[in-house]
Amino acid sequence: MRLKTALYDTHVLQGAKIVDFGGWEMPLHYGSQIEEHHAVRRDAGMFDVSHMGVVDLSGDRVREFLRCLLANDVGRLKIPGKALYSCMLLPSGGVIDDLIVYFMSDSWFRMVVNAGTRDKDLAWIRRHATAFGVTLRERDDLAMLAIQGPNAREKTLPLLPSSQRASARELAPFCGAAIDSWFIARTGYTGEDGFEVMLPVADAATTWNALRAQGIQPAGLGARDTLRLEAGMNLYGNDMDENHHPLESGLGWTVAFEPGDRDFIGRQALERLRRSAGRELVGLVLEERGVLRSHQKVVMAGTTGNAAAGHAATADRDVLVDGTAAADGSRSAEGAAPAGEVTSGTFSPTLNRSIALARVPKTAASRVQVEIRGKLHAASIVKPPFVRHGKALISI
Amino acid sequence: MSNIPSDLRYTKSHEWVRSLPGETPAGAVEVGISEHAQSALGDLVFVEVPDVGRALKAGDACAVVESVKAASDVYSPVGGKVIASNAALATQPELLNQDPYGAGWLFRVQTAAPIDDGALLSAAEYAKFLADEAH
Repeated sequence: MRLKTALYDTHVLQGAKIVDFGGWEMPLHYGSQIEEHHAVRRDAGMFDVSHMGVVDLSGDRVREFLRCLLANDVGRLKIPGKALYSCMLLPSGGVIDDLIVYFMSDSWFRMVVNAGTRDKDLAWIRRHATAFGVTLRERDDLAMLAIQGPNAREKTLPLLPSSQRASARELAPFCGAAIDSWFIARTGYTGEDGFEVMLPVADAATTWNALRAQGIQPAGLGARDTLRLEAGMNLYGNDMDENHHPLESGLGWTVAFEPGDRDFIGRQALERLRRSAGRELVGLVLEERGVLRSHQKVVMAGTTGNAAAGHAATADRDVLVDGTAAADGSRSAEGAAPAGEVTSGTFSPTLNRSIALARVPKTAASRVQVEIRGKLHAASIVKPPFVRHGKALISI
Repeated sequence: MSNIPSDLRYTKSHEWVRSLPGETPAGAVEVGISEHAQSALGDLVFVEVPDVGRALKAGDACAVVESVKAASDVYSPVGGKVIASNAALATQPELLNQDPYGAGWLFRVQTAAPIDDGALLSAAEYAKFLADEAH
């Protein structure tokens, strides 16, 4: 049986086209995915993200536990409510999941994980938590809404009880606050300002409808994907997974190598991988008409096969193999030139161009070619994000 | 319920075929995708139409329609030679969403032989096909 959030009936009533996503029946759009995208960039939109897993971790040693479990360092979290984005790694360096963790108190952290990875995440966390005396509580009693866009906060605040309004208004970016049975955070997955709100499932439908009455546009997973890609944010399963480590997934900034004595899971593998040339995740903008899609081949123009030599040594089973040494599929059919692959691609409604994230051999080149239905098309390499706060960050 | 004009014929892959009067010798047809197809695809952002002069067999994948989420091939319902393709779709792919049976037409084919009517669906048959597919 497929899972439904507390808002499923509301979505259907409001005209949502429903699709399966990680086992959940979720809204893809409510009519026009592109209009929903523009609503978030220009005004305010809202997403039901209750399919994501909210887990509370408790115990006197919970901080110590998370400093071992996560590649980013929760030791950086000093103020209650502060959020941290992190990968959770296998010993090989492969990514089990990416997640957000909130510091609630010295004995309580809250974690939000992806829907599709929830079961394996929880199994992994439980396996390691026991030794630290940390207990897990899945918060299936909470729904989660993401309200995003330049006007999202202003439109949301009047709906909060006056006792909550002031603390919600004053939230700094990437901070949250528990207010009665709600938790409100200034986070998101769109590249716009806004809130993510966790609230009791009993409050979900009335809150959704009240937000809608404020002129906030319901938006589906379709717009969520184009918005996150424009914002240069990774999608688990596309841009990283258990076979790809953070350093070749544009997530090196989330790995805290300092302090050097923090022994987090995956550290040893990453210490080795960071010294190799390997691959990197880059942004692509298609110079012609067409649409970049995941798994399309990226041909590195103007490179030779020599770049691929010399990294074939690290075939240690416990360490992910350096990308340039991987034989399967990482070479173009033409022979020597190494190839890359689009990991996420779409049409960008803001730029009116196709954009993508792609994993390619580290290169100084500024242009590549992407194979679309057997033909090569020129694309420029850019540094994501493509769009932030309604503005294009790349020149076309 | 989706709009299915009664004067067109349809395929199970959701193309429509309109006979163009006055074309010789064997006749010419206009081809597009149905209201149901454009609705299922969502907002279209890229359309690739066949070059004029291209020879097609019935069933050839000859056009591509891409929405934000997915790319889909369009198959020629008939054999023949492409005599026109809709250039406006290059800059306005949304025409296909807005007017799938009119301004959103894809290409026209000069047919080499009379169309095999048995291979195409009437509007009523296509409506029934959609209803069956939904269950």
